[in-house]
Amino acid sequence: MYQTDQYEGMVAETTTMRGHNGEFINAYVARPLGSGPFPGMVVIHHAPGWDEWYRECTRRFAHHGHVAISPNLYFRDGHGSPEDVGAKVRAAGGAPDARVLGDLEGANTYLRSLPYVSGKIGIFGTCSGGRQAFLAACRLKGFDAAIDCWGGRVVQSKEELTPAQPVAPIEFTKDLSCPLLGLFGNEDKSPTPEQVDQQEAELKKHKKTYEFHRYDGAGHGFFYYDRAAYRQEQAVDGWKKVFAFLGRTLA
Amino acid sequence: MIAHQVKLAGRGKSGRDWFEVREANVSYDHPYDLPLEHALNIDFVNEAMGPSARVAVELSVEAARQLVKTIEAVLAEADRRGVLEDLPVVSVPARALA
Repeated sequence: MYQTDQYEGMVAETTTMRGHNGEFINAYVARPLGSGPFPGMVVIHHAPGWDEWYRECTRRFAHHGHVAISPNLYFRDGHGSPEDVGAKVRAAGGAPDARVLGDLEGANTYLRSLPYVSGKIGIFGTCSGGRQAFLAACRLKGFDAAIDCWGGRVVQSKEELTPAQPVAPIEFTKDLSCPLLGLFGNEDKSPTPEQVDQQEAELKKHKKTYEFHRYDGAGHGFFYYDRAAYRQEQAVDGWKKVFAFLGRTLA
Repeated sequence: MIAHQVKLAGRGKSGRDWFEVREANVSYDHPYDLPLEHALNIDFVNEAMGPSARVAVELSVEAARQLVKTIEAVLAEADRRGVLEDLPVVSVPARALA
């Protein structure tokens, strides 16, 4: 909780980092001022793009004491407004999982190289980023906490699989290597409550550490204050859950 | 997310300028601006010109169905009147139209 006499400061800027195949991509980094050590956060933007909401989200994690990096997962798809680039990636069926994992691993490595990062690193994502956060927590090593906010297509039917996304993330549940927090709206169509049930059953089956919170009166993207999906009460509670979870897992 | 692409030839206006449209990306996914969870989205684009060469519309399901019916009706009427120009559009640089 804030104290009115506390000091606080932050640095936030775009930078470059090495992602999949060692290729340079750009990223947005925000960190508290001071020598730390601070826990790290990889912040995965949603399907609509690497946009202003995600800049603010990255700064929010920094504001709460994390060195946060949000890699531009669409770097290779060209540059323009986030919406135009996001629409291009949508037409392609989304970013390829292998490339995304390479970029997220690169973001983890980047954080670990910084002298003011504690060595504890979490990963957060919403929408497609929620799916990718779960996937990364299963497929990559080096994450200590994962947050999946309404990640659709963790459960995928065979007809939804593509060369770029060849395996449903739920298939990798047995390899989940860190605690998982999931936030979902009960009116969401992707994932549906039934799909969240399936994911939860798989987590139980493999005795994974997780906590799911499901909100009535909320659908997909209820954190997005710039969209009609925003649900104030659920969003405020969800953010509290996020920081309480990180306080326990990245301490 | 459901996304299909169709190759086509036409022109689109983005801002003050016209550009050559080569593809239409049709998806059923989260819209950017329409206050719905899912919408029928059409992006008229030219991939060779980069992501900014894009004319976007986001439609409700009902609006999309009405649009399809209306396009078909207009084309059918033009056909009945004998004015349908059923020729492939010749691809020329958009600046030639300015």
